[in-house]
Amino acid sequence: MTDRVPVLKIGEILLVSIQVDLEDQMVLDLQEDLSNQIVATGAKGVVIDISALEIVDSFVGRMLATNASISRVLGAETIVVGMRPAVAMTLVELGLSLKGVRTALNLERGLKLLRRLSASRG
Amino acid sequence: MTTEGNTQLLVETLVAQRDDFLAQWTSTVGEDLQGRLSKAELGHELSELYEAILGALTASGLDGRGEHFAETRSLLIELSRNRARRGFTSTETARSVFALKEVLEPSLAGDEQGAQAYLQFARLLDDLGLLTTEAYIRTREEIISSQAEQLLELATPVVKLWDGVVGVPLVGTLDSARTQVVMEKLLQTLVDTNSTHAIIDITGVPTVDTQVAQHLLKTVVAARMMGAQCTISGIRPQIAQTIVALGIEFGDIPTNASLSDALRQALKEVALDADDDVRGLL
Repeated sequence: MTDRVPVLKIGEILLVSIQVDLEDQMVLDLQEDLSNQIVATGAKGVVIDISALEIVDSFVGRMLATNASISRVLGAETIVVGMRPAVAMTLVELGLSLKGVRTALNLERGLKLLRRLSASRG
Repeated sequence: MTTEGNTQLLVETLVAQRDDFLAQWTSTVGEDLQGRLSKAELGHELSELYEAILGALTASGLDGRGEHFAETRSLLIELSRNRARRGFTSTETARSVFALKEVLEPSLAGDEQGAQAYLQFARLLDDLGLLTTEAYIRTREEIISSQAEQLLELATPVVKLWDGVVGVPLVGTLDSARTQVVMEKLLQTLVDTNSTHAIIDITGVPTVDTQVAQHLLKTVVAARMMGAQCTISGIRPQIAQTIVALGIEFGDIPTNASLSDALRQALKEVALDADDDVRGLL
């Protein structure tokens, strides 16, 4: 059995902190877990922290975009936080721009952004 | 007549008329350089070279690639490096060696043996002259590559304009190597200063073609993925016209005519954040 990425609930927010380099199966499991959790907890926001990731390939890049779309469908905003400069540059070179995914510099700013979004939604 | 005989004759002539030859050589080269090098310095350089060539000739004859010419070669390389750094041309540098031929010609070309010796010596000097040119070019290349590196370092500062706002004043053309450096520096500064806004100012970029626009877009997208707002400012009227004429799409990337406008916009957004903080919204 492969490792799973934990999905933590903080109030109305789900926190996914990715600490190890992802294998393809883990990515698929995460997608499954996350959508289940959003429905189960009725979360309004998802924060995916990738500050520990040194390598992000196109598969993981696409997973981030897909997760954002899935949670939007389920009524939750997704914010990707803590992307490293080297990772951002690699993704740009790969031609991925993560359109439609909200990003923030770090976890703190990501949480702020989520609260602002939910405040403006009322 | 044998080569040894010729060498013998050369050495004898060079020893006998050393002072005459040196004086003539120095003055010929001095005329070429038109006083850009002091007589004393030149005389010192050339007499060192003269002694080295004479010594090598005495020891091993006319083989310019032989080990006895090692000292001569290193002297010549040093001389060429100096000349290259001081901005002399490669012709002037090579002429420093070739001038010795002119100096020797009157005293050797008189009889048949002398002429033969002269031709052989001329061949040796040709070899040495080529060596100076080679060393000259190598030095120039070193200078050019080190300058290119310095330029890359110098021309891409990332400055903090305000709390949470960083600026990148771009000067000069934007190629992929520079884009890489700019992007690296900008993204690292965003992390280091915990900034949410970046302004790329292209006032100093002479032309914007599709390639440059592509590089700019990449930088903006990368900054965005890190969670920062990126604005492009300093677009001059001609540049705006070219951008439209080329059909370049900046998409939803905000652009401004001047840095001050972009800064004002960024400050407004930063202030908005702070406001929300104070009201306890966030």
